[in-house]
Amino acid sequence: MRISKKIVLHFPPNLVDKPIIYHLVKDYDMEFNVLKASVTPKEEGLLVLELAGERKAYDGAIHFLKETGVEVQPLVKDMARQEERCTHCGACVTICPVSAFVVDPVTRRVDFVSDKCIACDLCLKACPVRAMETRL
Amino acid sequence: MTKTIEEINEKIAKGQAVVVTAEEVIGVVEKKGVARAAKEIDVVTTGTFGPMCSSGAFLSVGHSKPRIKFGGGKVYLNDVPAYTGLAAVDLFIGATATPDDDPRNRNHPGEFRYGGGHVIEDLVAGKDILLVATAYGTDCYPRKKIETWINIKLINEATLFNIRNAYQNYNVAVNVSDRTLYTYMGVLKPRLGNATFSSAGQLSPLLNDPLYKTIGIGTKIFLGGGVGYVAWHGTQHNPNVLRGENGVPKRGAGTLSVIGDLKQMSARWLVGTSFLGYGSTLTVGIGVPIPILSEEILRYTAVKDSDIFAPIVDYSKTYPEREPDVLGEVSYAELRSGHIKALEKVIPTASLSSYYRASEIAATLKEWIKRGEFLITRPVAPLPGVESGIVIRPLEERSI
Repeated sequence: MRISKKIVLHFPPNLVDKPIIYHLVKDYDMEFNVLKASVTPKEEGLLVLELAGERKAYDGAIHFLKETGVEVQPLVKDMARQEERCTHCGACVTICPVSAFVVDPVTRRVDFVSDKCIACDLCLKACPVRAMETRL
Repeated sequence: MTKTIEEINEKIAKGQAVVVTAEEVIGVVEKKGVARAAKEIDVVTTGTFGPMCSSGAFLSVGHSKPRIKFGGGKVYLNDVPAYTGLAAVDLFIGATATPDDDPRNRNHPGEFRYGGGHVIEDLVAGKDILLVATAYGTDCYPRKKIETWINIKLINEATLFNIRNAYQNYNVAVNVSDRTLYTYMGVLKPRLGNATFSSAGQLSPLLNDPLYKTIGIGTKIFLGGGVGYVAWHGTQHNPNVLRGENGVPKRGAGTLSVIGDLKQMSARWLVGTSFLGYGSTLTVGIGVPIPILSEEILRYTAVKDSDIFAPIVDYSKTYPEREPDVLGEVSYAELRSGHIKALEKVIPTASLSSYYRASEIAATLKEWIKRGEFLITRPVAPLPGVESGIVIRPLEERSI
């Protein structure tokens, strides 16, 4: 049986320059799709992947990652903005701890920079029209 | 230079009127000067899009067979209680009404996910609304219970009637205490962690006509995406506040009561809103056209965010205890810069009303007028001005 899951991989500094994803493809016949990547040599790396393959091979691949020293987490959530619901008021701007909401200085339109988002959930209920949502 | 409303309307009807938004007029005046701008411009359009709690809708749903009299009984719309103290099948649903079984603030801060404002949004969006009513029954209205769907397309009347909207200026809210506050001004972080404000500033209707020279009872406006009218001055309308040399109030001042047919409005401009720990409400879109009858009126519409000042008020003690203290004054230009300085601290700012969408309202109204679809009205009576001597009284409790 084929399965497909979204996972978050944390690479310790000693593994950042190793060809780990290559082994997932070559040894476990995995297909992958990079959803988010932040890998800096000599520092910790973060990779969000959609990983797909045969169930048995998939389990082996996850086992390989853990054995190698990569921390594996399921991607539990991702914040998204319901664009048609957002009124661009800006109530979220001072609530977000990582400044993921940015007001355009000219148009006053509020942009959601999802790359900065750490899914802390603070905006979910602070948004007066509840435009933010968690997506699995 | 003076123009009459009739002259302006003639130009509008011919598709020749010169219309600019309250944002655009600032640049025109800077470039051409007041005299030339006043000669060239016929109408300046304003806009505001923010949470306005004193909003609600009257609905007349038609008679069931056999008949039921809601008056004196109870009616719920999607579980939200409606006011029934009217004739048999007339109702009022208010923006802040909350379902009986909503936990409110028992688990603080309450979420208030669905209330009267959301019912109005769903209704105007054309969704079916569940009506559940109980009544005491009479010879002429024998029925005691009904459960049915209603839809805005099928009920006889749906009239938005907001008793106070479009505040002319408002407080900037901060929190000097050590705990987070959940207020109608949003989530206020402790120790001056943020400051929130709620005005379209230089685009706001009453800030562009600070002494109510053109906006009055009967003025035709953009309301909730459709056409509405100024019905009266709004509750707490207070022309007698501190004003700058430009006539612009430095405190919350005038307000508008507005009315219009909900059936021609849109859910894009009437949005159900939830303030964490505070309650539910309705975000309302309003735009008012200002006819440029004189240079004086043009000068008022050219007001900029840097010329409009708002008071900074502490919501941990001053506001709830109804104390008069103000921590300082800041301009809307400072507020929109992203931070203000108060009590020797730099405080990040956030807006609760949408300037982006207020601009869209002013631009939409401009298009309606330019296309000749929307004429300017002469008010049938003015709003009370400074000369009215209005004093807003607090509620002084008397022993019983």
